[in-house]
Amino acid sequence: MMFGYLRIFLTVALLAGIGAGVVNWGVHMFGTTPLILEAEVYENAGAAEEPAAAATAEAEATAHTHEAGAAEHEHEAEAWAPADGWERNLYTLGADVVTGVGFAFLLTAAIVFFGKGADWRRGLLWGLAGFACFTLAPSFGLPPELPGTEAAPLLERQLWWIGTVVATAAGLFAAARLRNVYGYAIAVVLIVAPHVIGAPHPETPGGLAPEELEHKFILVAIVTSLVFWLVLGALTGAFFKRYANEAAA
Amino acid sequence: MGIDMSQIRTASQTQAKLNTRTAALAAAMIVAVFGAVFIYGMGFAGADVLHNAAHDARHANNFPCH
Repeated sequence: MMFGYLRIFLTVALLAGIGAGVVNWGVHMFGTTPLILEAEVYENAGAAEEPAAAATAEAEATAHTHEAGAAEHEHEAEAWAPADGWERNLYTLGADVVTGVGFAFLLTAAIVFFGKGADWRRGLLWGLAGFACFTLAPSFGLPPELPGTEAAPLLERQLWWIGTVVATAAGLFAAARLRNVYGYAIAVVLIVAPHVIGAPHPETPGGLAPEELEHKFILVAIVTSLVFWLVLGALTGAFFKRYANEAAA
Repeated sequence: MGIDMSQIRTASQTQAKLNTRTAALAAAMIVAVFGAVFIYGMGFAGADVLHNAAHDARHANNFPCH
């Protein structure tokens, strides 16, 4: 019986996740990716200066025969990356679909745990909740970042991000499930706590890209994320109603 | 002392419903673990190759990056 459910839930999540992932990719291609590419121009310009400066001492010892060219070669020990253009965009498509399916798994599981079934309208609410947990709450402390932005150590940010997501989700779940003063109190504490603790920030904030571009990216990333979550929520709700409501509600 | 058959039936129906719910919850747990693995691999795994492949999507989906 459990495997029957598993098959149903996986079907719901795969259909919704792939659909929402492809939509997300489409929105990213027009929204965030052009801004990321623009920021990389600044990032690469900034990165080229560093090895050049490091190479100066060496260059002085070996006479000034090699400059930027040599510095670039020493920088070559980097891992594989997709080539710019369609290859890179194809990998972004893959990553967006994986993200969509991953979030669809979590959303489908949450709908089952909640135990009230779903349809596309309720799905929109679920999508809003997902947006609040995974985008809005972390963005208060760690707004979306362009490449080349100064930031605190990665692990600290990842831990804060995960903690914030889990706390916000647990808070919303408690409020929606209990619907009494205890539920709301738990929700407030859990949702506010990560921001009282505070997100890790770099000692010297700033970035290589102009501030205006940074702000634009934050706005575009948050709006595209809202679109993604609404689509994911509606699709998950609709497929849940079609395949899983009778079995699991 | 007579046994009310309808009560027995109700009890076994309740038990069946509980079993169904438990099975659904267990399946949902597995689905949630899948989701966590996907999101970890997509947004958090440290390998350079994964990072580079998913780079633009990580930034756009607001995962902590770099």
